[in-house]
Amino acid sequence: MTTDLAGLKTNRRTVLGGLAAGGALMLGAAPRFVQAQSSAPIKLGFQLHRTGIGAAYGRWYERTTQAALKLLNDQGGINGRPVEIVFEDDGTDPKRGAEVVEKLTTQAGCDLILGPLFSHVVIGSAPRAGELKVPYLVCSEGYHVASGMLNRWTLQPGITDVRAQVSSMAPWVMQNLGKKVTMVFPDYAFGHDHRDFFTEAVKAQGGEVIAQIAIPPTETSFTRYLPQIPAETEVLYHVMVGPAVLTFVKELGEFYGSGARPQIFGFIDSLEAVDIAAPGLEFLEGTHFWEGHCRVKQADAPEWESTYRAAVGVDDNGASVSDARDVSTYAHMFSCWETLFVIKKGMEASGYQSTADRQKFVEAIEAMTAFDAGLDHVQGAKTFNGKTHQVFGQQFISKVEGGKLMRVHATSIEDGMYPDAVDYTAQSF
Amino acid sequence: MAAVLALSAVGLSLTFGVMRVVNVAHGEFFMLGAVLAWVVVQAVPSAPLGFVAALILCPLVVGAVAALADTAILKRLNYDPEATIVATIGISYILQQGALSFFGPDARAVEAPFSLRLQFPWFGYSGYKLFVVIAAGLVLLAVWLFMTRSRAGLVMRATQVDRNTARAFGINVDRVYAGTFALGAALAAVAAVLIVPIQQAHYLMGHDPLLLSFIVVIIGGLGSIRGTLIAALLIGLSDGIISMFFTPTLAKIVATLAVALVLVFRPQGLFGARA
Amino acid sequence: MRALSLHLAVLALLLALHFVLPAYHHANLARIMVLAVFAMGYNIAFGYTGLLSLGHALFLSAGMFGAGLLIQHFGLTAAPALLIGTLAGAAMAALTGLLALRTAGVSLMIVTLMFAQAGYLTLLYFGAVTGGDEGFPVPAAGRVAFGLNLAAEGPRYLVALGLFALALMGNLALVRSRFGRVMVAMRENEERSRMLGYNPFAVKLGVMVLSGLYAGAAGAFYGVMFGYVGATFATIPYSILPLLYVLLGGAGVTLGPLLGAVLMFYLIDLASSHTTAQLAVTGGALLVLVLFAPKGILGSLRERGLASWLP
Repeated sequence: MTTDLAGLKTNRRTVLGGLAAGGALMLGAAPRFVQAQSSAPIKLGFQLHRTGIGAAYGRWYERTTQAALKLLNDQGGINGRPVEIVFEDDGTDPKRGAEVVEKLTTQAGCDLILGPLFSHVVIGSAPRAGELKVPYLVCSEGYHVASGMLNRWTLQPGITDVRAQVSSMAPWVMQNLGKKVTMVFPDYAFGHDHRDFFTEAVKAQGGEVIAQIAIPPTETSFTRYLPQIPAETEVLYHVMVGPAVLTFVKELGEFYGSGARPQIFGFIDSLEAVDIAAPGLEFLEGTHFWEGHCRVKQADAPEWESTYRAAVGVDDNGASVSDARDVSTYAHMFSCWETLFVIKKGMEASGYQSTADRQKFVEAIEAMTAFDAGLDHVQGAKTFNGKTHQVFGQQFISKVEGGKLMRVHATSIEDGMYPDAVDYTAQSF
Repeated sequence: MAAVLALSAVGLSLTFGVMRVVNVAHGEFFMLGAVLAWVVVQAVPSAPLGFVAALILCPLVVGAVAALADTAILKRLNYDPEATIVATIGISYILQQGALSFFGPDARAVEAPFSLRLQFPWFGYSGYKLFVVIAAGLVLLAVWLFMTRSRAGLVMRATQVDRNTARAFGINVDRVYAGTFALGAALAAVAAVLIVPIQQAHYLMGHDPLLLSFIVVIIGGLGSIRGTLIAALLIGLSDGIISMFFTPTLAKIVATLAVALVLVFRPQGLFGARA
Repeated sequence: MRALSLHLAVLALLLALHFVLPAYHHANLARIMVLAVFAMGYNIAFGYTGLLSLGHALFLSAGMFGAGLLIQHFGLTAAPALLIGTLAGAAMAALTGLLALRTAGVSLMIVTLMFAQAGYLTLLYFGAVTGGDEGFPVPAAGRVAFGLNLAAEGPRYLVALGLFALALMGNLALVRSRFGRVMVAMRENEERSRMLGYNPFAVKLGVMVLSGLYAGAAGAFYGVMFGYVGATFATIPYSILPLLYVLLGGAGVTLGPLLGAVLMFYLIDLASSHTTAQLAVTGGALLVLVLFAPKGILGSLRERGLASWLP
C-alpha cells in the first residue's frame, strides 16, 4: 500500500509538473510569437452566456459576433492581421464569469475580452479584468459602467445604458400615452434602474408614477400581482427579463382580456427572442415598445440594414432565416457587432501590436467622441463619453400594428444624456 | 396553479413514498413534458388535436425516459439515498443540455386547445384554467383509484411498506420501482402539458416546480397522497393571500419562512403519521 | 501518523505548486482551495455527522456579505472584515441550526433549503444596501490585510493555502478528537448515542456552528480575494456545490472535499473548452462516478484498505 500510494503521489506530481511546464512554455511563447510575426492573428476572447438564464441572448450574441468577425476579416482584419475569437461559456454566473476572464486572458492569451450582457456577470468579472489589466468591453446596457462602479479597463462602447434609454422614453410616453404610470419590473438591480430613472424622468415631465410593482426574480407566475395595478392607471410600463418573460406577457394579456385597459408601454426585453405573434399575445396589438434596434425592417431603413441582416442570418421580421420561429434578440445584439468595429478602430488608432499595448488601446478608445452610422455602426450614429466609458445612441419606440413592430418615434441622442458620475481617465491603470 | 402543483407533487410523492429516494430530476421531467408538448403541437396541424396528442404522447415518452433512467442507473445504485441524489443531479444536467441543444434557449408558447374567456368587469379569467383544474382533478382521481383499487397499486403499496417482504411474496420489486419512477415522471409530464398553454416551454423551467413539489410533499407528509393534495391547495392559496399584504419580495420571504417553520414544528408533516 | 504525514504531504505539494503552476492554474487552485474549505465545512456536517443540509449557501453568503458590507459601507480593512465575516457564517448557522435541527433527514434538507432561499430573497429585498442580484466589487483599500495585498496573485495563493491548511488540520484534529467520534456515532445511530448520555441536539448544533464557521470563512475570503460580493452566491446551486464536491471526493474523508473540488472545477473547465454541451458532459461524469465509485473516490479507496491514511 505504501509504495502504491507513494507511486501515485509522485505520479501525480510528475504529471502536474509536466502540465505546468507545458503550460508555462505555451504562455511564455505566445506573446513572443506575436511580436516576432506581426501577421499572426489578433485573438479576442468572448465571454458568452451559452447556458444559464442568459442563453437566449447568448446564442444570438454569438451569431452576430461570428458574422461581424467574418466581415472584419473580409475587410482585411485589424492592422493587416487576421482576427480570431475564442468563445467561452460563463453559465450566466458571476463566479464563473471571473474565471472565464482569467481563462481567456492567461490561458488562451487573448488580447482583450468582450461580450457579456447580464450585469451581475459584468460586475463579478470586471474586478478580475482590472487586476489582469486586460481591456474588458461589455455589451450589457447596464448603468454599472457610467455609474463609476467598475474600473478603467471596463468600457461599454457598443450599447446605450439603461439610464439613458429609460430617461429618453419619458417625454414621449407622457405626451402621447398618459401621465399616471404604473410600473411592473423585476425586483433586482436591472429593474431598479428602470424604477429610479423612469420615475425621475416622469416627474421632470410633470407626470406621476402611481404604483411600482416589483416582481421577485424567482417568480414563474405573475397572476397574483396584476390585481395590484391601480384602476386609475393611464399607462402600464412593463419590463421583464429571464426565462419567464413569455409567461408574464401572456398573463398580462389574460388579465386584461378584451376589456378596458390602460395604454401599455413595454421594454422589448419583455419579449426578446419571443415571437410577437405567439398564441396568447394578440392583446399586444396597439401597444408600444422601446426598441434599441427595430426588429422588423422599417420602410426607410438605411442601405446597410439589409447587409447586416443577411450577414447575421436574420429575415425582415427579425427571425432566423432558417427558422421563422427562432426570433432574435434584435434590440440588443447589434452591440456585439458595433463593439467589434470599435475594437478595430481602437487597435488601429493605438497601433496595437501585442498585449503590451493594452493600455494604449484603452486610451485610444477614451479619446473617441463619435461614431458615424454605417455598416460598422448599424444601429445608428453614437456619441462616446471617454470619461464615463459609455456610449449614447438613438432609441426607438414602436407600435404593434398587424402583429408587427412599426417605429413611431425616434429619440435624439441628447434625450438620454445625463451629467457624468465618474471620470475613469483620472484613475490609474 | 394549485391543481397542477398537486399533480406534479403527487408524482414526486409516489417516487419518494414507494422508493424512498429523492428525485432531483423531477423538475426536469416536468420541463421535458412541456418542451415535448411544444414539439408535438408544432408537428400536428390542428391546435386542439395537437394538444390531445401531446397529452397522450408526452407522459408516455417522459415515463419511458424515466424507466430507462431507473433501470440503467438507479437500480445499479441499489437506491442508496445519497448516490441517488448525485445520480439524479447528473440526469437533470443531461436533460437540461438535451433541451438546450435540441430545443434551444428560447421560451416557446403553446396554443391552448380552446380560448373561452370569462370576462368580469375588472378582470378576465380564462376558461382554459378552469379546464386545467378539472383535468388535474380527474387525473388525480385516477391515480388514487389506481393506488387503492388496482392490483398494481396494491403491489406498489406493499413494496412501500416493506421491500423485503414484498420480494419474499414473489413481487418483482425492480419492475415495481421502474414502474413507480416512470409513473411519477409521467405525472409531472401531464402537469407540464396542462400548464404549458398558460405559461411557456423553456429549458430552465424545471427548477420552480421541483422546489414547490418538494415543499408540498414534505408538508403533506411523505408518501401520503391525501396529505399532498391538501398541502398543495394550502400552499397555492396561502401564497396568493400573503402576497396581498406585503410587497411581493417581502411576501415571498414571509411565505418561505412560514412553510419552513411549519416543517420545523411539525416535522412529520400535517397529515403524515410519525415514521 | 500515516494520516498526518499524508496531510502534510498534500500541503507541501500545494506549496510547491505555487512555484511551478502557470498563471491560469495558479489562480484556479487558489479558488479551489477556498471552495474546498467551504466543502470541508459541509463535510463536517454531512460526511461525518450525517446532517444533509441544502442551505450552506446561506452560510457562505453570510460570510461573504458580512465581510463585504463592512468594507463597502464602513471602510474596514480586510483583516477585521474577514474575521467578522467568518463569525457571521457561524452565527447564521447557529440560528438556522436552532430551528432546523428539530427535523432530520429529507425534512432537514428542505428546511435548510428554504431558509437559504429566504436569505437569498432578503439580500434582494435590501438591494439598496447589498447591491441586490448585481452585488458590488469590493473596494481595493479593503482588500489589504497586514500589508498583504490580497488582490495580487502571489499573496492571494499563499493566503488561500494558509486558510486551507488551517481548515484541513483543524478538520483532522476534530475527527480524531472525542467530539469527532461522537459526531460519527450520531450519524451511525442517534438513539444509541443518546443512551450513552450524549445530547444529540447539542452535538448537532455544535457541528452546525462549526460547519457554518468554515463556510463563513470561505465566503469572506472568496469575496475579498476575488473582489466581488453578490447574491448569486446565496442561490441554490451554491448549496448543491459542496454536496457534489464532498460526494465526489468522498464523504467523511478529510481530503475528500479538496479532491472533489479539484475534479469538479476542472471537469467543468475542460468540458466548456472542448464542447458546447458541457452540461451533458458534467452530468455524464457524475453518473459514471456514482456508478463506479458510489462512496466517492477517496471513500472507495479507503474501503480498499487505505483507512489508516484517510481519516
